[in-house]
Amino acid sequence: MGDKQGMGETEYAVIGGGLVGLAVAFGLQREGRRVTVFDEGDVAFRASRGNFGLVWVQGKGVAMPDYARWTRLSAALWPDLAAELEAESGLDLELRQPGGFDICLDDEELAAGEARLGALRARLGGDYPFEVMGHNRLRRMLPHIGPKVAGAIYGPEDGHTNPLYLLRALTAAFTRRGGQIVSGPAIQDIAPLGSGFRIGRAPGWRAEKVVLCAGLGNARLAPQVGLDAPVKPNRGQVLICERVKPFLPYPTAQVRQVGEGAVQIGDSKEDVGFDDSTTPRVAAAMAKRAVRIFPMLENVRVVRTWGALRVMSQDGHPVYDRSQTCPGAYLVTCHSGVTLAAGHALRLAPWIAGGEPPVPYLESFSAQRFAVSPAA
Amino acid sequence: MPNDSPFRRLPEAGRRAVTIAFEDRTLPALEGDSVAAAILAAGIATTRHTPVSGAPRGPFCMMGVCFDCLMEIDGEPNRQACMVEVREGMRVRPMMGARGLSEGSADD
Repeated sequence: MGDKQGMGETEYAVIGGGLVGLAVAFGLQREGRRVTVFDEGDVAFRASRGNFGLVWVQGKGVAMPDYARWTRLSAALWPDLAAELEAESGLDLELRQPGGFDICLDDEELAAGEARLGALRARLGGDYPFEVMGHNRLRRMLPHIGPKVAGAIYGPEDGHTNPLYLLRALTAAFTRRGGQIVSGPAIQDIAPLGSGFRIGRAPGWRAEKVVLCAGLGNARLAPQVGLDAPVKPNRGQVLICERVKPFLPYPTAQVRQVGEGAVQIGDSKEDVGFDDSTTPRVAAAMAKRAVRIFPMLENVRVVRTWGALRVMSQDGHPVYDRSQTCPGAYLVTCHSGVTLAAGHALRLAPWIAGGEPPVPYLESFSAQRFAVSPAA
Repeated sequence: MPNDSPFRRLPEAGRRAVTIAFEDRTLPALEGDSVAAAILAAGIATTRHTPVSGAPRGPFCMMGVCFDCLMEIDGEPNRQACMVEVREGMRVRPMMGARGLSEGSADD
């Protein structure tokens, strides 16, 4: 799709064709901007094609309440985004937001979760909904939990979607509105010009504005335009089981049943650098835990596994910035490209298009926080 | 029922004949056949309906990759029939949609 990486000119160059880049690009189009997305080839580490698909609120922002606020705003905007994308693409994004559970296998885990979210609720002046449920109460909502489940934390704003359909719908809506996706080698070089930017090696593309949405690739691009993107990979592994009849009406942080019936398991976190392979040890541990949560999964077959790399900043929170030294350059990076897709498309992109900050606390997400509190 | 299978067996000797059941039919097979091969040789083309759209499907790749040959074999759902050898008296059923889950006795 699109021209080869070569000469061309555009108003906004969005670097990165994953969920973050396409959500921003689609949002810019909604503001009437002309946008070109530059997407690396299939050698890229594509977090957008490996993620778990949760639209998840609970637990985010425990150490930064503004992140909790922003996450809740995006989750609340998600039905609008889904409706718009479904109308433009004809796809069903399988969005369901019935609330979700973080399952705890022992009382200590449950107490720790309650303490963390309770502290966040206090910092948010009491405005942070969650419920702690013991085994018996949980069993009434999730009848198939195993006897070893201590309980769960229920987040009423949690949900899930099909992240691959989201990616496809964003791509379809973006191209249908006349957007161009330039696929090819990774953009390694961005040069500020007297006015605007050169994208890629000379002659390259010329853009008036540039938005870095390249995930882990942002780390090396950001300094070229006066920005800082201290992001590192964190591996998650996912198990996909065969399709089964509906048994799980709510997403959980550990296991979810996708709209088409497959059971997806995956809550591992590993610091292993740029290695997105899978390991039997982690797969076995995840499978064992899933069976303790839902014993009826014992005989369900795993048909596929994969690993993917989360894009993690030092504190795990998003980084949104606008370059002071190279006006017109922006940075958007986070590890929750699904959950935050609505916020990115419907709130952040209008700011990048030249509007007011979407929320009064937007500056909390600047990378400057890493400079002022190196111990964080 | 006449066998109008497009698949023809090579002339060969030395493999023992067995029979398997596919739904209410009894099918001839040879020891060493995969379940999928025996069923194709018997002229049966549809061996499952997909979980999402309900479309009919039959064995395709015959090498364990495409998952289109999923059948219920001896009571076990979603087996890849191209990866399972026939046994005398085996009971095979088409896989109709998604499998169900039963409350197992897992854990202790």
